[in-house]
Amino acid sequence: MSEKIPIGEKVLMKGNEAIGEAAVQACCDCYYGYPITPQNELTAYMSRRMIEEGRVFIQTESEIAAINMCYGSAAVGARSMTSSSSPGISLKQEGISYMASAQLPVFYVNVNRGGPGLGNISPAQSDYYQTTRGGGHGDYRVIAFAPSDVQELYDLTMLGFDLADKYRNPAMIQADGILGQMMEPLVLHEYKRPPDLPSKQPWRLGDPSTTDPLLVTSLVLNVTGMEERNLELQKKYDTITENETRFEEVGLDGADVVMVAYGTASRIAKSAMEVARAKGIKVGLFRPITIWPFPSARLNGLADRFDNFLVVEMSLGQMWEDVRLAVEGKAPVHVHGRTAGGIPQQADIVADLRKVLDAKPGEIVKNF
Amino acid sequence: MTQKIRCAGFGGQGIVLMGKLLAQAGMMDDKHTTFFPQYGAAMRGGTANCSVIVSDDAIASPMVEEPDVVLVMNGPSLDRFEPTVQPGGWIFYNTSLIDREVERKDVNVFKVAANSIAEEVGNARTANMVMLGAFAKKLGTVNLETLLGSLDVQMHGKSGKIMDMNREAMKRGAALIK
Amino acid sequence: MERVFTKPVAMKEPRTLYCPGCGHGVAHRLVAELIDEFGLRERAIGIAPVGCSVFADLYWNFDVISTAHGRAPAAATGMTRANPDCFVVSYQGDGDLAAIGTAEIIHAANRGENFVTVFVNNAIYGMTGGQMAPTTLVGQKSTTCQLGRDPAIMGHPIRVCELLQTLGGVAYIARGALESPKTIMKTKSYLRKAFEYALDRRGFTLVEMLSPCPTNWGMTPPQAMTWLRENMLDYYPLGVVRDVGAEEKAQKPVAA
Ligand SMILES: Cc1ncc(C[n+]2csc(CCOP(=O)(O)OP(=O)(O)O)c2C)c(N)n1
Ligand code: SF4
Repeated sequence: MSEKIPIGEKVLMKGNEAIGEAAVQACCDCYYGYPITPQNELTAYMSRRMIEEGRVFIQTESEIAAINMCYGSAAVGARSMTSSSSPGISLKQEGISYMASAQLPVFYVNVNRGGPGLGNISPAQSDYYQTTRGGGHGDYRVIAFAPSDVQELYDLTMLGFDLADKYRNPAMIQADGILGQMMEPLVLHEYKRPPDLPSKQPWRLGDPSTTDPLLVTSLVLNVTGMEERNLELQKKYDTITENETRFEEVGLDGADVVMVAYGTASRIAKSAMEVARAKGIKVGLFRPITIWPFPSARLNGLADRFDNFLVVEMSLGQMWEDVRLAVEGKAPVHVHGRTAGGIPQQADIVADLRKVLDAKPGEIVKNF
Repeated sequence: MTQKIRCAGFGGQGIVLMGKLLAQAGMMDDKHTTFFPQYGAAMRGGTANCSVIVSDDAIASPMVEEPDVVLVMNGPSLDRFEPTVQPGGWIFYNTSLIDREVERKDVNVFKVAANSIAEEVGNARTANMVMLGAFAKKLGTVNLETLLGSLDVQMHGKSGKIMDMNREAMKRGAALIK
Repeated sequence: MERVFTKPVAMKEPRTLYCPGCGHGVAHRLVAELIDEFGLRERAIGIAPVGCSVFADLYWNFDVISTAHGRAPAAATGMTRANPDCFVVSYQGDGDLAAIGTAEIIHAANRGENFVTVFVNNAIYGMTGGQMAPTTLVGQKSTTCQLGRDPAIMGHPIRVCELLQTLGGVAYIARGALESPKTIMKTKSYLRKAFEYALDRRGFTLVEMLSPCPTNWGMTPPQAMTWLRENMLDYYPLGVVRDVGAEEKAQKPVAA
């Protein structure tokens, strides 16, 4: 990228860098990060752009430090951000749990790589459980976006900051190494701050305009108090589910099989869909854009109209579980899963679509 | 029209830059395009490759399983990617560093003495540009003029001398096609 | 014909996949030579840290464990405490030891754990592609300090040996360099001392090795050697930083 950012224009950009520029545009005040592949370009990008803009950038000593710096910055009302990949995100989970409990906004990015353990640096979606179940300890959720192209990485980063602030809750992007590393044209939209964002003045620390002392904490020792806080959180999560569930449907009309896939897997499924249709297989695609909140209600409705679902994911049956929960047994849910750098191949998906159509009643195609 | 291209060679040959230039030119020609590099530690001193898709239609999967075209800069890459090309596809290869023939009979072959030409231009490191020029002129996937223009974006900040040499190398590659 | 130079038995493969001019191969070999010299191959455990040397098991011909980023000293503690007969060589890069693993190394040193630490300082994050390390010199460029390290916002390069040497559990700390045959041989003598102390269970031992990373310094191997010599040696002086054996000797009253 050249020094001047051509806002409003179409440019060719790497996914990781598009996230960075969106954050800069969306008035991110502080970015804290620690190197890890395959998201290094994001940290490198922020090291330059945040300092150019006179904002805060720190390459931290660890992921744990980074998320706790976010905790501090968020507590004084700043828009804070961190990013990492799977092992580093695991280390951040304690801090994220604290922020969820203290109701502090933060935006973070997980460019998934192969796991478990040190795993490998290849693309994967295998942090789905961690992402959609909160990730750390306790009864909490984070708003999780699952973009599928570079434009969406940019747009949903901006939205992520806004929703984090709006609901005083962690919000994040679940991407994979392909999305992070690929380049694609995108339009660098200008950031428009939603007019209804609540002021942080009533709760941010160190603000001279609040005279009573404030407390930010995730510790509530008395039992009723902590349970009450949890119930308050649950209410908030219900509101988020109602307002912020996002998905896309492609070519569902008359489909014999509905594929369910997100992120890069959804793009491969879309290509497979074209191949399958040319072979006379009637197939459509349902793409969750938020994986928490998960579009369960919509999928449940679709299960009344469609006979078969095939989940395509770069993990081994993690989203499969959510789709099965959503359709409540109204239709069979099949699965095609690859992981840790194994990428679903179009031909294999098409073959599985055939198997799904040929399946006997009660038979589930499980390909992994 | 959709064309799936893979560029391959060893680290240091400017393979990633080849892919970025193609994607940049595709975008400037108002086509849809994606670029995906092989990434990470596996690259140390070894092979490098990247894939680019240029299409008139929106691109679903950015993954290139069976390319229509491979631009091959060294021997090990030819061994690795020759079998992956679509029947009827194209193999462009660098005869300066590869002394064997392409074995497949169901693909088109175009030979480019990329390093020799680049040395004539003044720098062997522009061999990648020679290859790109030949490819663009031969198949017209991206416009040669646009490709030359894409250098200004992707090599922004490089000295005028380096830019001139790269442009010249690209033109010399294109000149292989009469 | 007489063979005068062979690979150590404790080395599987003398050729490495590291970049040309990288110091890791040399550091691995020094460890392997000393494992042979002390006859420790059967009970040795090497640590392959997170970093370019994560594949140390390809080269070391003895047991190897791969540990989480920065946690090698904790894993080494676990192994030596559970089985004091193990001889553990903990091996860490500068990001691994002096950034994410700062707590672990300080507390292992403070407790005087009986394993040897090889600390490879190449002033950069190698494996992840050249980010700033805690040991990156002021003004040195990296992908996350593209204008050069500015101590006002990024802090100062950490001198690990000097930092650790004050701790109670330390037996031996020295700094060598992998920049010429002479400094390599000297570094080996430091490491030999560390092995001896660890075998005698005298406490924490660490040998820092200043090491070139031509790839991420953006240099040829010869340029990298020169850069190391001209830039790192001033800030990271070579020599023994702490040696409790020598201190004891110095304190002993001379017999009349
Ligand atoms: C928790 C965690 N964070 C980040 C990484 C990514 N990572 C891999 S190697 C490395 C740093 C390596 O640098 P250094 O320790 O200096 O060793 P070198 O590669 O230079 O030998 C990092 C940050 C990781 N694997 N795990
Ligand atoms: S990147 Fe640096 S540390 Fe890693 S193998 Fe190459 S020279 Fe060695």
